[in-house]
Amino acid sequence: MTSSSTLPDTVPETTAQQVARQALARYEGQPGNLLPILHAIQHALGHIPDSTVPVLAQALQLSRAEIHGVISFYAHFRSQPAGRVVLEVCRAESCQAMGGERLAEHARQKLGCDFHATSADGQVTLEPVYCLGLCAQSPAVMINGQPHARMTPEKLDRLLAAQEVQA
Amino acid sequence: MTQLITVFVPRDSAALAVGADDVARAIQQEAGRRGLDIVIVRNGSRGLLWLEPLVEIATGQGRIAYGPVSVEDIPGLFDADWLHGGAHPLGHGPTDTIPYLARQQRLTFARVGITDPLSLSDYQALGGFEGLKKALAMTPAAIVEEVTQSGLRGRGGAAFPTGIKWKTVLNTVADQKYIVCNADEGDSGTFSDRMLMEGDPYMLIEGMTIAGLAVGASKGYIYVRSEYPHAAATLESAIGNARAVGWLGHDIGGSGHMFDLEVRLGAGAYICGEETSLLESLEGKRGQVRAKPPLPAISGLFGKPTVINNVISLASVPVILAKGAAHYRDFGMGRSRGTLPFQLAGNLKHGGLVELAFGTTLRELLYDYGGGSASGRPLKAVQVGGPLGAYLPESQWDVPLDYEAYIGISAMLGHGGLVAFDDTADLSRLARYAMEFCAIESCGKCTPCRIGSTRGVEVIDNIRDGRQREQNIHLLRDLCDTMLAGSLCALGGMTPYPVLSALEHFPEDFGQARSSSASAN
Repeated sequence: MTSSSTLPDTVPETTAQQVARQALARYEGQPGNLLPILHAIQHALGHIPDSTVPVLAQALQLSRAEIHGVISFYAHFRSQPAGRVVLEVCRAESCQAMGGERLAEHARQKLGCDFHATSADGQVTLEPVYCLGLCAQSPAVMINGQPHARMTPEKLDRLLAAQEVQA
Repeated sequence: MTQLITVFVPRDSAALAVGADDVARAIQQEAGRRGLDIVIVRNGSRGLLWLEPLVEIATGQGRIAYGPVSVEDIPGLFDADWLHGGAHPLGHGPTDTIPYLARQQRLTFARVGITDPLSLSDYQALGGFEGLKKALAMTPAAIVEEVTQSGLRGRGGAAFPTGIKWKTVLNTVADQKYIVCNADEGDSGTFSDRMLMEGDPYMLIEGMTIAGLAVGASKGYIYVRSEYPHAAATLESAIGNARAVGWLGHDIGGSGHMFDLEVRLGAGAYICGEETSLLESLEGKRGQVRAKPPLPAISGLFGKPTVINNVISLASVPVILAKGAAHYRDFGMGRSRGTLPFQLAGNLKHGGLVELAFGTTLRELLYDYGGGSASGRPLKAVQVGGPLGAYLPESQWDVPLDYEAYIGISAMLGHGGLVAFDDTADLSRLARYAMEFCAIESCGKCTPCRIGSTRGVEVIDNIRDGRQREQNIHLLRDLCDTMLAGSLCALGGMTPYPVLSALEHFPEDFGQARSSSASAN
């Protein structure tokens, strides 16, 4: 973990708040709309900058603590930027039955970082995921939202290389 | 003029995850190079997942299967004249005669893999909307009675009678009621919800609409986990198409009834598969479990009466209405009526989806369908029902797959997923993982789950490391008792199942001698 990097938040505050306002407008009036709004912000910016929280709190008449509480509850939402590539490796039982732990160890070694962290070059963020529903073809991973199954360390290397990630 | 030949390349995530898009592109290019006229249809998956991408060619002799097809195989397949069913090492003959498929009893998955999931004409040509048409001519109470008579029980895992749940909502007076579909399929070893949503989304839409008519709800939500982006996208498209032709909206099929649907994405929280936590999440909150009562059927989403059912439960409703409760009830055994789409996962040679009536056995699924282990080593344990399900040793593989029979051996059928492990599996390690998973995914509301799971990891570490082993095993059993009895929901309340079953049936993995009764039921 020592070699992992924390990426600076380079999204300007004005941009972040503008994106938050757009998301609020898009889901205005829909009951229980906080999750769709957070998804829209993360989809646009890659993460949910802290500067959006007061904007959301004011518009939705919730406390900042409540918004923060929702963001931090869900593993999918991130307050910090991720690398250009997000690699999610399934850690659940079916993948464990098919060498998933070996694959996870390979990913750690290759990227030089642990789970919930980003490689030192800032390229790849490694996240655990608990089931991708590809359990008949374990082990499985997701790379930038695209599922890949029957994974091997060699195949993972090729997929990362295709994303122009240096070994 | 040559006749267009139809080539089916699945669009299910299970096929995409092993290169189906590249295969489809390569087939189109190779056909172009050879001046052959083909049309590629992106169908759902047949569920023979070790063969994905499973390409099918429509011929005079029916659909002929080839798989698993990689981009490199494609010139050779054309050379073998696969467009006319030519012989090839990857060929499996007519898809419908492949024993894995031919021996199934597909009611809920009848169309999955056969049709283009987004084609409304395909859907209707194969019986789609027949159930809804019947429901539109029935009273709400009659629809509820039909579902009750079918014996359908919640397929998400809890197995609560669907008709009873609906009846409670029907009989609760309110200005607004909701239908919520729990598509937060987080259990490892399960993928039937995903395959249904990606492979036959209109069936879920039809089932939810029937539920809306039955209880007087005009609005439905489908809560899909964020790990299933393709399922969510397919549902969005299907809902748009259904709305465009009036199967959703203000005037369902010209009946004057209103029902509409919205897809909501989860955000990586396993606990949101628990129904009250899911409702909290839909309301835009942290997915923390609610105490029951009140039941969601009385006070659910936004405090209104709510039917909350799993994908497969809702998708089973159209066929029940179309063919009658008796037709559905005639499948199965005891109080487990109908069929269950079993999901064969983990270390199996032939993983996939097998829909069968209740009453089959694990041994049949593992060997007759699954073909034994993928690794070639002996199978050791099978976890049935997801991360909260028990690990079953071989001595229990002949118990009929039936809700009550499984309860009888301190196990649960759950959502019908089974994960097989070969003899390299260390069950103490898997027990530790069960506690670790509970600690990661606990919503934090109740102490037995929040704290107990972390203490559970520590105690199992002590056992594995041989520190005061006997005392710690005693402590682990005690802790499991507390979690079982004191947790607010099934996460803390059932994590002891995998832990205790591992300890009971595989004591040697915990450094204990196997007693003579260790592997008995």
